[in-house]
Amino acid sequence: MARHVIAPVDELPPGTRKFLEIDGRPIAIFNIKGEYFGLMNRCPHQGAALCEGPLIGLAQSSNPGEIEYTKLGEIIRCPWHGWEFDIRTGQSYCDPRRFRVKAYPAHVEPGASVVKGPYVAETIPVKVESDYVVVEL
Amino acid sequence: MNIQFRENQEAASPLTVKTAIADCDIHPARATRTELYPYLAKRWQHHLEIYGVHAYQGMMEGPPYPKAQPNASRRDAYPPEGGPQGSSLAFMQKQLLDPNNVQLGVLNPLNTGQGIRNHELSAALCSAINDWQIDKWTSKDKRLKASIVVGNEDGLSAAAEIRERAGDKNFVQVLLLSRNVEPLGQRRYWPIYQAAEEAGLPVGVHAFGFGGNPITPSGWPSYYIEEMVGHSQCQQSALASLVLEGVFERFPKLKMVMIEAGFGWAPSLAWRLDKAWQRLRSEVPHVKRPPSEYIREQVWWTTQPMEDPERREDLFDVIKWIGWDRLLFATDYPHWDYDEPSRVLPAGVSEANREAFYLGNAKKLYGIN
Repeated sequence: MARHVIAPVDELPPGTRKFLEIDGRPIAIFNIKGEYFGLMNRCPHQGAALCEGPLIGLAQSSNPGEIEYTKLGEIIRCPWHGWEFDIRTGQSYCDPRRFRVKAYPAHVEPGASVVKGPYVAETIPVKVESDYVVVEL
Repeated sequence: MNIQFRENQEAASPLTVKTAIADCDIHPARATRTELYPYLAKRWQHHLEIYGVHAYQGMMEGPPYPKAQPNASRRDAYPPEGGPQGSSLAFMQKQLLDPNNVQLGVLNPLNTGQGIRNHELSAALCSAINDWQIDKWTSKDKRLKASIVVGNEDGLSAAAEIRERAGDKNFVQVLLLSRNVEPLGQRRYWPIYQAAEEAGLPVGVHAFGFGGNPITPSGWPSYYIEEMVGHSQCQQSALASLVLEGVFERFPKLKMVMIEAGFGWAPSLAWRLDKAWQRLRSEVPHVKRPPSEYIREQVWWTTQPMEDPERREDLFDVIKWIGWDRLLFATDYPHWDYDEPSRVLPAGVSEANREAFYLGNAKKLYGIN
């Protein structure tokens, strides 16, 4: 598992996402209210660019007539067929037994530790005094 | 190790099939509301501005249910130059035709001039959409072929439109929708079948339509998902009507294509029809043979949305009944329930059947070399 520096923190403010390719794999990194999430940007169902879909909540019903709407902004909905995945775990809510999208841990590291490595950051100039979003895969 | 940022967000589908395919259900859209005006007489342009369109159903804009994605289309299919999904030839080439090696693409324009109570306006709009298909699409990309859209509720003007386009190689079929004022086998629609048979053109029946009837035989449902599954029920009643009114008997060279309504139900409908026909044959003596025979001989089926049973053998059993030579691959681009060519057919299909499914059947049916 390698750690990849993908952007200075101020380039990925809350509510934004960044698309990139690492080792030939299409990845998207999300900043949701200051939390960072990495996800494979390919829907396991038919291969669409999953992470270009809208972020919605999770509508569930424990009993008829009772609806809970939770995980607001944490469910990614595929731009093709509307399949829903939990951005924290990659779990499918449509067919959890057969499908899961790969989730990659992402977080912020200070520039000082990023400079020391072991990080991969050839395309991003790293400064000790800045913070960086890092994804592991 | 290099990290490459994704440069182009409207990049083509990530997976492609190597072999050439036919896509028998592509939906071209207008970029603007007035894009058809150059093909409409001033009289009809003014009519539209002053009176608008009076449809058979209450929902004036057409779709009786809100769709699950904007314009019922893929969210990644907006052309970069603006306009709704499916409105740009350049982007359709880049996103669909080129990466998927589409050799034949059949255009099925929806929300056009069908289902309008003013039959003269309906005929004018359909003729305009047919001219528009040539101008904007088929004359600019030879892979694309058009469907003759006809004013479905007026069989005579519809037949006239078919005869006017007959022999024009831009067109490969006549297009109807499944939800009309009456079931599709009824007498008012016969001139359409007669003209299509004479022109040697298949008649495609695409799911949807604006006849004012509910999608289900048991009334208006609550949810969009009920409309989605209801398309196959609706198509079944349309096909039963075609058989039992004697359309196939009367027009023995007529070929019909069931578009976007599934095919898994075909055997059970045919079995039920055959059983009832054995008992009630004398009610419909014009139906001279078991209904299943007409269905097997004169009906083709597009694949999308492809049935996806848990056991692939179940799918193969259904296809075996229908015939591997009767299925026409379709994506439904740019609509949201698009089928990705490389993902729909399970393993275990012979090379010959695969080729027929993806390309050969369509080329043969539509007369493309």
